[in-house]
Formats: sequence, structure tokens, C-alpha cells
Amino acid sequence: MEKYAEQIHRCFRCGWCKFTSDYLDLNCPSYKRFRFDTFSTSGRLWLTYAWLRGELEWSEHLAEILYSCTTCKNCVEQCPMGFADDIVDWIVGARSDMVEKGKIPPRVAHFFEAIHGYGNPLKLLRSDRGAWANGTKRYEPGDEYLFYVGCLGSYDENAQKMAMSLAELLNEAGVSFGILGSEENCCGNEVYMLGEIGLFQVLAETNSQKFKELSVKKIVTLSPHAYNTMKNTYPGFGANFEVYHYTQLLYDLIKKKKVKLSQNKAKVTYQDPCFLGRYNKIYDEPRRILQSIPGIELVEMERNREDSFCCGGGSGNFIMDLLAGGEDSPSRVRVRDAYETGADTLAVACPSCMTMFVDAIKAENLDAKLTVRDISQIVKESLASR
Amino acid sequence: MSDMYEALVKIVGKNYVSNQKEERYFYGRDPGLMSPHEPDYVVMPRTTEEVQKIVKLANKEKIPVVPKGGGLALTGLVIPLKGGIVMDMKRIDKILEVNERARYVIVEGGTTEGGLKSYLEKHHPSLRHSIPDAPPIATVVANAVIHGQGRLTQQYGFNSDMVTGLEVVLPTGEICRIGSCSISKYWFSRGAPMPDLSGLFLGWLGTTGVITKMGLKLYPRKKIRDVEVFVTDKEDLVPDILFKLTHTEMVEDINIWCQPHPPMFRENHHVTILITGDSEEELQFKKKMIWDALQEYIDSKDGGFMWVMPDAKPTFLEMPLESLSKFADVRKGGGFEYSGPIVLAEDYPECSRKLAELAVKYKLTYSGMVRVIGRSHCIMFGFAYTFNRADLDEMDRVRKALHEVAEFALEQGGTHWKPTVDEQKMMMERMDPDTLKLMGKIKGLLDPNGIMNPRNWEVG
Ligand SMILES: Cc1cc2nc3c(=O)[nH]c(=O)nc-3n(C[C@H](O)[C@H](O)[C@H](O)COP(=O)(O)OP(=O)(O)OC[C@H]3O[C@@H](n4cnc5c(N)ncnc54)[C@H](O)[C@@H]3O)c2cc1C
Ligand code: SF4
Ligand code: SF4
Repeated sequence: MEKYAEQIHRCFRCGWCKFTSDYLDLNCPSYKRFRFDTFSTSGRLWLTYAWLRGELEWSEHLAEILYSCTTCKNCVEQCPMGFADDIVDWIVGARSDMVEKGKIPPRVAHFFEAIHGYGNPLKLLRSDRGAWANGTKRYEPGDEYLFYVGCLGSYDENAQKMAMSLAELLNEAGVSFGILGSEENCCGNEVYMLGEIGLFQVLAETNSQKFKELSVKKIVTLSPHAYNTMKNTYPGFGANFEVYHYTQLLYDLIKKKKVKLSQNKAKVTYQDPCFLGRYNKIYDEPRRILQSIPGIELVEMERNREDSFCCGGGSGNFIMDLLAGGEDSPSRVRVRDAYETGADTLAVACPSCMTMFVDAIKAENLDAKLTVRDISQIVKESLASR
Repeated sequence: MSDMYEALVKIVGKNYVSNQKEERYFYGRDPGLMSPHEPDYVVMPRTTEEVQKIVKLANKEKIPVVPKGGGLALTGLVIPLKGGIVMDMKRIDKILEVNERARYVIVEGGTTEGGLKSYLEKHHPSLRHSIPDAPPIATVVANAVIHGQGRLTQQYGFNSDMVTGLEVVLPTGEICRIGSCSISKYWFSRGAPMPDLSGLFLGWLGTTGVITKMGLKLYPRKKIRDVEVFVTDKEDLVPDILFKLTHTEMVEDINIWCQPHPPMFRENHHVTILITGDSEEELQFKKKMIWDALQEYIDSKDGGFMWVMPDAKPTFLEMPLESLSKFADVRKGGGFEYSGPIVLAEDYPECSRKLAELAVKYKLTYSGMVRVIGRSHCIMFGFAYTFNRADLDEMDRVRKALHEVAEFALEQGGTHWKPTVDEQKMMMERMDPDTLKLMGKIKGLLDPNGIMNPRNWEVG
């Protein structure tokens, strides 16, 4: 990331990164929302280069352009150049420079303050972090899994329901697990993506230390964001544990018949979360779970898997929502995509997607026609034992 | 000025106007080598009526308007050389109608090449358009405006030859329909059998009006495509090879490329021959005709067909070709520019020698990219040099090399394609004076206040 300043001029501003792989639609969520070329990948890279060279002074508008990237990695997938894999690192690098210079949009500053002060971006009490848990057992050394719930799963009303369903399913399958409750802390994925590398290091080190003290060997996360950072970045902080996203574990339990499913009639479409799909190439397990439920018809949105369209919530935007407003906001575009498939259920596997889509469905007046359900909720409703 | 901003906001809404320095910085530049010049406003209309209101306002206030698509011509054609308004057309991007039987499509002024390709594949799989190898965000209208060339250019001419009608907002604000659509609901002809007025707009680089709708011919999409690559180390034979190949009338598209990297390509001239068919039988027949046409060069050991491994074929067959864009990263520096004069096929040997000679003279990395236009009626010879955007000296050397190319092309009897302002001047200096006068009269009549893309095609 340190080297981004010497590389960032390599963008040709050719715009392949604006699209899906078949050019069917614009797939950079912030470009789709704002439509000025400045809000596309090349806009960010060229403007950052100009800022670094002193051709352009910092402004709040410049910072908003940089921070309205959801780090969804569509550009990484589509850019044909040899540096494609580094694009998001460059964006994060530029943000970290802005953070260092104290030049960030107020909403981003509030996000950091909240995490620093409260351990979550919603500024809710640490002591309430496990309030959703309703008797879910605290993790103890010897348990097979630590269930890492994350900030949204702990505090957001809709995401809490996801956490509850998953806890219930794990119990049903006889998995030995526990949660950290009020001792859980933010995973730092968004903090990292927003460029506050110092704060991220503190979070990653503290969390890794805690997991070590508790002899944690396996972690299962509710959120793909937590999964991503714990799997890919924490090992650099001495962490030594296996990490699974819950869809991986759940699919395994279904295969082993530890979770038995019965008829559940629904037409379902599935949103690939960026941090599960494009970041970690987990596309099949969530689909296989849905396909193993008798009665469920899985239909794909036109943009799916590598070409999936981000919900707009990445990089802290599930709270800051820099891409909100109007019918072109990514979450509203995406629920329209889902509705067009004829599905009655939009399945998610990420608390950020859940939060974004619940609001978008209201904004689109689709409440009566389309429901957002997490995969764990759909599985819970399909349990043979119910 | 702030009154102007408010007036623009009134027309398109505040989300789609900017006078902030970030948008002005970005829209004041293109990926090529021209010096920047910033607009005062960037505006993104959604409808013809919004375009009309903006143009009327600009004409009243005598403020320049520069229509912009993907901004990928690379030759500074969308840099607002006198400031004013850059009109980003990419929100006017609908595909309005496809007439399957008459094989045409009506697109809006900012519909992208990529968007049209995927739309046709999905909804009209038996039809295709002549897609250029520009990145997919390039727009269909702008490509015709600059007389672009695409996959079907060898068969049907410049992409602008395929235009079947226009809707244009004139610089004075009137909305004109050009072609059959001016008297009928059908967009099958841009002029014939009436006077063809499309020439008032195509090739004018946005200096005579803003095109808001365009009809474009579509062609049959054959079920199978394949590629053959014929290689020769004798550039003098290339014109003859092209003559023989085009005589077969069996080919979809012919491109020629020559480049020094990787070393196995050095000294060789690669003729990419694309073939289509609805059955293997048709494909094999066409291949046989092509092989027969070139057999004599194989017999004389002057050339031969290159074995294209099956997993390498997609690199040749994809549309648009990604590999062309990748040339910008050869020097790990985010840039290339090409001058693409339109010359006769017989100029190929001289052009390829000049390309390499200038690369040596200016210490540059080059690639020659050629597309055959019509039945070898002429070719676009792309003199492409890559540069590192962080290396100002290298950028300057590319500028100098391209300037030499420009002079050379005219000496050869060619014309500049998508010319820079300087190349336009060079052409106008050589132009028949009465022709130049006519151009001046047309421009003066259509754009009395000179608001449209000023300094381009500026006569006198
Ligand atoms: C890698 C690469 C490969 C390329 N390959 C090809 C190729 O194979 N064939 C080819 O033809 N070109 C090619 N090009 C050149 C160029 O990108 C294309 O011609 C492209 O179609 C231009 O479209 P654009 O939308 O980018 O035009 P822009 O650069 O945005 O505009 C070009 C001109 O059109 C005017 N204009 C734009 N919209 C309107 C409108 N609505 N009304 C009136 N005037 C308008 C502009 O003012 C400008 O003068 C290539 C470029 C690159 C970078
Ligand atoms: S990021 Fe890659 S695809 Fe996007 S504009 Fe830059 S070079 Fe082109
Ligand atoms: S990561 Fe996503 S939002 Fe950010 S520039 Fe790339 S495509 Fe756009």
C-alpha cells in the first residue's frame, strides 16, 4: 500500500472497470449513483494523483469522491491492466494519507470516533453488545467455534435476527460454540478500508490477543466483512486460527445431515456480498444451501457472482451512506434487479446487505412484494424439526 | 457565472451539474497527450429537451459547449479549449428501437458501444453492429461522429457509412431530423433518395450540433467466428496480400499488427483474418478460399499461417479487444496515443518503416495497428506509442514522433483520422481553398456564435 503513490498514475482512464464483464450494465456502484466520471475508479485515481502532485488542493468534495467508493472490487475484476489487483489498495492508500493529514469527510470522522470510543460505529454501549443473545452461551476454551457476531449483528435490529437464527441453527446441529458478548470488539474491516490503518492495527492486535488468550482455534463469522479481514489481514498480526463464514459451516452441516431440511416454498434470488464473492471467491456454498431446501426455486439476477452489483454498504457506507439519495442509489438499483427476477425473497448472507436492502425495499415501495431474508433465517424456517 | 450555474441546475437538476474543481480538473483532460484546459461546468443531460435548453442557453450567453462520450478519441477532441460547458452525454443512453427485419437500431446520443453489444446479444441474437475495439464505454454516436471503424468495416465501410438517420440539436437550438426519419417513422436511410444532410454533422467533431439520436445499420450475426493469422516478414508484400484477401469476399475483418515485443513478433507483419459462418461447412469453405488466395506466398516461403493455439483464440476473437487497451500499461505508465491516418493499402510498407524508425529516433515502444477499410479501398494505419505518464520527457518524445507521423501521412497522400486541432490545421492548410470556404460557410450558418467545440474545424 505504501507504494501506491508511485503506481497510481498507471490508470489509463479507459473505463472497462465501469461495467460488468458483458457490459450489460454499469457496475461501479458510485459511478452508477453519481454518473460524473470523477466518481468512477479512474476519477478517484486521477484526482488522487493530481492531489499528490499538488495540482489539486484537498477539498471535502475530493474526499467524498474518494470515500464514496464501497471497495466492492468490481474494478479489480474488470480492469484489464497488470495492476488491477492493486486498485483497492491504492484507494485505501490514498484514504490513509487523508486520514494522516486529518482531511476526511465529517461522516467518516464520526465513524472512526464511534469505533474508537464505543467499539462499534453506531455509538451504542459496549455493555449492550450481547443483549441480542438471549441466553446464547459465552465462549469458553474448549468450545469448537467462536461465533464472531460483529457490530451490525450485535446492534442492528434486522442483523440481530440473523445472529439469532444462526445461533439457533448451530445449537440445533449440536455445534459447540460460544460468543464474546460485551467483550467482543469491532473487527476493523471497514476501518481498514476507510484508511485508518493505526486504529485498524489496534483492533486487529487486541482481537488477535483476545482470541489467543481464549485459545480460540476456529471462528465462524456472521459477516463477510469480518470473515475477510480475519482471514486475510489478521494473520499478519500473529493470529493463528481458522476462519469460516457461516455459509461455509452451514453448508457443511447440511451435507452431514446435522441440519435437516423440509419443504419451504419460495422463489429466491441471492445477493453475492462483495467480501464473500469477489474478495474470497465464495460463490457456491450459499447457493448450495438454498438449493438443498426442498421447494425453494433459486433464480439468478442478471448480474451475479463476479459480476454482482454491490449493495452500496461497503467501506462503512451501511452507516455513513455516502451513496444514498434517489433512485440510483445502489441498494435501490439492486432491489429492483431482484424484483425483476420474479423472486419473492431476496436472500442475503451479510448484515450490511440486509440493512441496506431493508431500507431500499421501503423506498421502492416493494414491501408487499419482496422480502429480504438472511440465508440463516431461510434455513431456520425450513428446519425439519419445526 | 453563478447565474449560469443556477440556470443549468434548473435544466438538469443539481445532481447533474458541477462547477467544482474536481470535475473541472478531470473533464479538462483526456487520456492522450494534449495539454489540459478546464471547463467551467460539466453537465449531464438526460433528454433531448434538456440538451436543447442547455444549447439555447449557451448560444444566448455565447458560452462554448463540448459534447463528450467516452472521451477516448485520445486526441483532445473533448478538451474544452475555450472553457465553457462539457456536456457528458452518457446519461442519454437508451436503446430506443430495433427493427429486426430492416436491420437497424435507434440509439440515444450517449449509448455506449458495450451497452449496445450486450443489448443485441440478449434481445436480438441474430443481429450485430460494427463494434470498434475502443473500450466499451466509448459511445456509438461519437464513434460515428469521428468516422470510426469496427469489426464490419472491411465489409461495409466506415462505421459512419452505416448511419441511417440522426436527430440533432443545432447550435441555435432547433431539433432537426436527418434522413427518412424526417418524414417517416422509419429510420432506414440517412438521406437517399433525398439530399443527404448527415454530412453536416458526421466528421465535424461536435462542432455543428449535438446528436441526440442515431439510427445505425445492423448486420447478421453468424453463429461461428474463427481466426487465422498470416505472417510475413516482407512488408512490401502486405498490400498485395490485402488485395488478394479482400478479393475473396470471404472475410469479416482484417487487422494487421506489427510490434517488437515479445521478440518472436519482431520483424514480422501479422495479418489477422476473422471469418464467420453459420456452419462448420461454411467456415471451412471460406477458409479454403482464403488459404488458396495466399498459397503463392506459402509456396515462395514469403509467409505462412501462424498456429493459433485454441486457448489463445479468445484474445483475437473478443469484441472489443482488451489487448489494445493493455498497450497503455506496457511502460507501466498509463498511457498510449496513436495517430491513425487513413492511407492507401499500398502505403503500408512505408508506414511500417516510419513507425519503427520514429521509435528508434525517439526511443519509444511502438505498436502498429491497422484496420482494412472496405475491399482494401483504404486502411487506417495506427502509429501507436506507449508512454509513462510520470515521465514527462517520454511524453514529449511521443508528441514529437506523432507530429512527424502527421506530416508524413499527409505527404503520403493520406488524411488524418480523429485529428488533433493541429492536425486539423495541417489539413485545412492543404485543402482546396473553395472547399475550405464551403466548410467555413456551413459552420458559420449552423453555428453563428461559434459555441460548438470551438477551435476544432475552425476555418480562418
Ligand atoms: C484502446 C483503444 C482502441 C481503440 N480502437 C478503436 C477502433 O477499433 N475503432 C475506432 O473507430 N476507434 C477506436 N478507438 C478510438 C476511440 O476510442 C473510438 O473511436 C471511440 O468510439 C470514440 O468514442 P468516444 O465516446 O470515446 O468519443 P469522444 O472522445 O467522447 O468524442 C469524440 C468526438 O465526438 C464528439 N461527440 C461526442 N458525442 C457527440 C454527440 N452526441 N454529438 C455530437 N458530437 C459528439 C466529441 O465532441 C468529440 O469531438 C480506440 C481507442 C482506444 C483507447
Ligand atoms: S482502473 Fe483500469 S479499467 Fe479502470 S480506467 Fe483505470 S486502467 Fe481503465
Ligand atoms: S471498488 Fe467498487 S466502488 Fe470502488 S471504484 Fe472499484 S468498482 Fe467503484
